[in-house]
Amino acid sequence: MVTGNSIVNGHDDDRDAKSVSLTPEERRRQRMRNIAIGVTLGALFVLFYILTIARLGSNVFNRPL
Amino acid sequence: MTAVTEAWAEGERVAQGAAGAPLVSTGSVGDFISLLKPRVMSLVVFTALVGMLVAPGTVNPVVGAIALLAIAVGAGASGCLNMWWDADIDAVMARTRNRPIPAGRITRPEALTFGMTLACGAVFVLGIATNWFAAAFLAFTIFFYAVIYSVWLKRSTPQNIVIGGAAGAFPPMIGEAVVTGSVSFDGFVLFLIIFLWTPPHFWALALVKSQDYARAGVPMLPNVAGQAATRLQILLYTLVLVPVATIPVWRAAGGPVYAAVAALGGAGMLWLAFSLWRDGGDRDSLNAHGVRTAWRLFGFSILYLFMLFAALLVEHVFGWSTFGAMFAGGRLW
Repeated sequence: MVTGNSIVNGHDDDRDAKSVSLTPEERRRQRMRNIAIGVTLGALFVLFYILTIARLGSNVFNRPL
Repeated sequence: MTAVTEAWAEGERVAQGAAGAPLVSTGSVGDFISLLKPRVMSLVVFTALVGMLVAPGTVNPVVGAIALLAIAVGAGASGCLNMWWDADIDAVMARTRNRPIPAGRITRPEALTFGMTLACGAVFVLGIATNWFAAAFLAFTIFFYAVIYSVWLKRSTPQNIVIGGAAGAFPPMIGEAVVTGSVSFDGFVLFLIIFLWTPPHFWALALVKSQDYARAGVPMLPNVAGQAATRLQILLYTLVLVPVATIPVWRAAGGPVYAAVAALGGAGMLWLAFSLWRDGGDRDSLNAHGVRTAWRLFGFSILYLFMLFAALLVEHVFGWSTFGAMFAGGRLW
């Protein structure tokens, strides 16, 4: 289904259309996916930080001066 | 973009358009999580944790938790890649037709990308957190499940779940590899228990769902060799499984709780498998008793495996595995 210069997601009537229009539900899901990716990236950042500290442990103080 | 990439992208676009697939993903976060088969993930985490606890050594608890997370994500990646490959089968089976890919909420390329990303990430994190042997083992397990089982064996041989079951049996050995960087005989026994448990467990389900599998063209044993032959195979595998499940007792890995679970649970498994074989039906079909017993065996086998590993977990957390140590102290082994 073509709406102006865009097509509704899931319809392939006009492959040359410049954009895809999403329904409110699809937009909500897209937003939730984006949030989930952001949270995952943040969690990975924290995970690598904690892992580094855990792997270093007390060895960080155990070095010749 | 190169010409090759452009051609590929155009091919994908046309293929998806022809299938009526959405141009932009419509999957919810929950759909992506369900691609990871969370229930299978929880079993993998559980058995890997037991493998870590039974291992002769210790690991920093934070590193251990991160390793478990990596193993869980690796298992989820396997499940995702399995659903990517098996979308056509899933679409015709009642049990699986509402999964995100056959239901049209997530496209196959999305699932493939998601699964490969998670697989690479899980192996990398396990490698840098623990050791590269454990990471390589996880990579091999993902490969074994996604390629050896899903792509190759599942559609080509009735022994699919026997050999493919190894993928589900590797996690305790990965857990041990996380701690020690190697695999011992005790870790191998835990692998063997799950490996031998898989055929009776899945064939009990396949007996009841044989028409579903036949419609999907999956050569499960009941469709190829018949119902009676499958019931006999279930009994034979159970006869091997039950004694093997007692090995941890003689090896000091299991204590009195484990011994009791192995004995009582083993007796239950044997009784159900024997009853299914003897009174379950004729050569080509199950009778009402057979259907009932197959469902019971399917459900009980889950409880049996869970209890065996839970017993090991509890004993190693509380240090109760002295009964096994008494026997393994040179007197019986």
